Amino acid sequence: MSSNPVKTIAFNLNGQNVQEDIQSRLNLADFLRQQCHLTGTHVGCEHGVCGACTVLVEGRAVRACLMLAVQVDQKNVITVEGITPERGLSILQESFWSEHGLQCGFCTPGVLISLTQLLKDHASPSPEQIRDVLSGHLCRCTGYQNMVKACMVAAKRMRDEPSNALAPVLHEVKDGH
Amino acid sequence: MAIEYDHSVGHEPRVIGARSPRVEDPSLLKGQGCFLDDIQLPGTLHAAFVRSPHAHAHMVSIDATQALKLPGVHAVYTAKELESVLVKLRMPLGFPTTALPQNITPFVLCPKEVCFVGEAVAVVVATSRHIAEDAAELIAVEYEPLPMVHDCRQALEANAPAVRLESPSNELNHFKVAYGDVDAAFSQAHRVVQASLSTHRGAAHPIEGRGVMADFSVRSELTVWSSTQMSHDLRQMLCELLGLNEDRVRVIAPDVGGGFGCKFLVYPEEIAIAACAKLLGQPVKWVEDRSEHFVSAIQEREQFWDVEMALGPQAEILGIRGQMLHDQGAYTPQGINCPYNAATGVTGPYKVGAYHLEVSVVQTNKVPTIPVRGAGYPEAAFVMERLLDLASVELGIGREQIRARNLVSKAQMPYEKQIKNRAGAPIILDSGDYLHCQEMVLKHIDFEGFKARQLAAKGQGRYIGLGFAHGVKGTGRGPFESGTVKVSPAGLVSVYTGALAMGQGLKTALAQICAEQLGVSASDVEVVCGDTRFVTMGLGGFASRQTVTAGSSVHLAAIQVRKKALKVASQILEASEDDLELWDGFVKVKGTDKQLSLGDISRKLRGVPGYALPLGVEAGLEYSEHWQTEVLAYSHSFHACEVEVDVQTGGVKLLRYVASQDSGKLINPMIVEGQLHGGITHGIGNALFEFMGYDEQAQPFTTTFADYLLPTATEIPDFEILFHESPAPFNPLGVKGVGESGTVPVVATIFSAIDDALRDWNIHLKHAPVSPVKLLEEILNQETVS
Repeated sequence: MSSNPVKTIAFNLNGQNVQEDIQSRLNLADFLRQQCHLTGTHVGCEHGVCGACTVLVEGRAVRACLMLAVQVDQKNVITVEGITPERGLSILQESFWSEHGLQCGFCTPGVLISLTQLLKDHASPSPEQIRDVLSGHLCRCTGYQNMVKACMVAAKRMRDEPSNALAPVLHEVKDGH
Repeated sequence: MAIEYDHSVGHEPRVIGARSPRVEDPSLLKGQGCFLDDIQLPGTLHAAFVRSPHAHAHMVSIDATQALKLPGVHAVYTAKELESVLVKLRMPLGFPTTALPQNITPFVLCPKEVCFVGEAVAVVVATSRHIAEDAAELIAVEYEPLPMVHDCRQALEANAPAVRLESPSNELNHFKVAYGDVDAAFSQAHRVVQASLSTHRGAAHPIEGRGVMADFSVRSELTVWSSTQMSHDLRQMLCELLGLNEDRVRVIAPDVGGGFGCKFLVYPEEIAIAACAKLLGQPVKWVEDRSEHFVSAIQEREQFWDVEMALGPQAEILGIRGQMLHDQGAYTPQGINCPYNAATGVTGPYKVGAYHLEVSVVQTNKVPTIPVRGAGYPEAAFVMERLLDLASVELGIGREQIRARNLVSKAQMPYEKQIKNRAGAPIILDSGDYLHCQEMVLKHIDFEGFKARQLAAKGQGRYIGLGFAHGVKGTGRGPFESGTVKVSPAGLVSVYTGALAMGQGLKTALAQICAEQLGVSASDVEVVCGDTRFVTMGLGGFASRQTVTAGSSVHLAAIQVRKKALKVASQILEASEDDLELWDGFVKVKGTDKQLSLGDISRKLRGVPGYALPLGVEAGLEYSEHWQTEVLAYSHSFHACEVEVDVQTGGVKLLRYVASQDSGKLINPMIVEGQLHGGITHGIGNALFEFMGYDEQAQPFTTTFADYLLPTATEIPDFEILFHESPAPFNPLGVKGVGESGTVPVVATIFSAIDDALRDWNIHLKHAPVSPVKLLEEILNQETVS
């Protein structure tokens, strides 16, 4: 524990360019929650197992509790707020609602982020693929089954309604890759 | 005897029974939920606790000099400083019903003798949690270690060290549960089976841990936000320990990220943080991290049973007798309801001639225990079902047959057991058709065809097994829960309740119950809970009780509001009440366009100065009900599963899982299914994964999610849920609880299936959980024997 050096980082957060002075030791989850006031990213274990803090960095799902905030300098970061349309819900969110894919909702934002990446990479994921991705998340409420169902329903709807598939901010990220 | 209710509603239910989407979900899905740590008040300070690294020790000194020098640190408090604002340092006993010794509860902060690893001895308050944790590491605590007890069997040995020096015996309590002539039953027995069984200590592990924030800075009023299952009890304890008037204390439970029992307790940390806020005059927040949850949030289910069952020639259960040790941990924060539920729950759905169980509740230098999801019933079902499986082998009759012969039948309902509950009232199985559910599930999973499938699999070198078990769970614990239904002059319908939402969908269920009576849709009903300023009394969320208790109150209150609305509308619209209907927020005169909105009626009932209210009604379009119950509504579950065991690795794969559930009338089948999925998954954790290890120094060694395994998506099969609805006769909705039900028979079901897969090895599993290593040991032991 030393003098906690401060560093300035510039990055893209949910489509907005942001510049922030941060303590070098601050992890990404605490930074997003406490300094950027985006409290949708939750902290469940702080040791990289539960997955509640999952966010997209450069389009890939990462544990925000295991990453230092300084590491997102010059990068793209997307949180649950970034995959939420301005009005209403995204297809994935709607499917979680209709299929009862959440209960207390604490693990949900991280789960939605991981599945967002899955659906970006695979238009027709199998239940096994979905379960494989979900195995990076701990949920004490749902038993996971309805999450799998919700993701299957969302994938189908996205194939049927490609124009609504992803929130706008995700298109930008996708285009950048 | 309890009142029997008529469940006919006079109209076809529109909202009750519907798979209504949950009103809670949209904000949670957008990341706009408001959990404890999401509340950010200006000027908030952050706390970190210093916790004992020893299982048992005297504190010789605490030196905070270096910590206090760290910039950003506002205070370091020990028990001594907190005592200046506390009426007493010791937590009051929760559920103070059973006669228990004095001085058994934990301290707000430990003053001298630490009794488990994780016990808090000091609290640091700083401008950020990071600084608070830095400072906590700079605090030098000198300890003088004392001998410790790591196992409740060791605790009772003649020369065992004392768990707490103040406690004259490590045995906290000894009680017996008995009826009938059990010795006669055993002397007349055709066959006796015996087993030594154990269930293990696990933790609740909601993904949101505990957390509390307190603010004393405005008008000397204390506001406390806590991730709790019991906001009213928390208020009461804050008043008691801080010497405050109830009207000066407000407790708010924000969105709660799961509870599963561990938040149904007022913890020392909640009092300590309020005391810090009082001393500092600024808001103070503490959010538990996962490492703290492992060593300071309550745990459950460590019990050792030595039991035997006497059977008659027709495989009828003549008697059960034996003893059980319950590991209580270092303190008793909340009575001994857990071993009591286990001891009285063994006979479950069965008729048992005589029963005698001696129970020792034993202290150890480990984290204290109170109920986790299931609350003793899973242990009870495990013991009963294991004995029945053993008896089935001994007697050479089918596992389904021995159960069928001993189940309480539908015709015998309500069936009064000879066992009394902890309040002294008889246990009454109120309704159900257990045998039907068994047959329904066994048919669904093709039990009849299983032998052939098992043989075919064996031909391919695969070992598959099928197991099943029953479980009953007393739900809807009273004495009451509050429910107020109110319509505002703007026509907004609100429900207020002392019940507490922690993810189950409580708000949706209560909204549906209210909407059914008021002719609105569930999404139009606002449910307010967990806030003591809006609701004066309540008991909170536990014992799978809220649909039964709060549901009944809301149902009855909504009926009264409906009646009142019709009465007033009848006067204003000049029509007979029989000609009125309530629909879409309007009272309409049938067959005409005459109507009056609920909002208009509410406005009339708010009054105009000097003018009379409508005739024969009281002010306000609202009604409060505190429906009371003395009996429980017994939900029933019958589960069956198919497993495959890898005999080379001891790995167990769940191939199929079928569960029937009788939770009476279902308010929202979608939510009930979700509750079952989660409950069964919790049980799978208890059967195969969750192991809270302590070494011989009572040091916990499974304190990360890499060591303590929760079930993840790849281990869990798709559950097949079948419903059977036997309306509960003793509440007005005919409902039974479900939150814990799914967990109850799971370990017994899976163990039965594993045994079945390993018939060649003659294995009868006795200790939960069974890890691959343990199962492989069992297999290798049997191979050595044969």
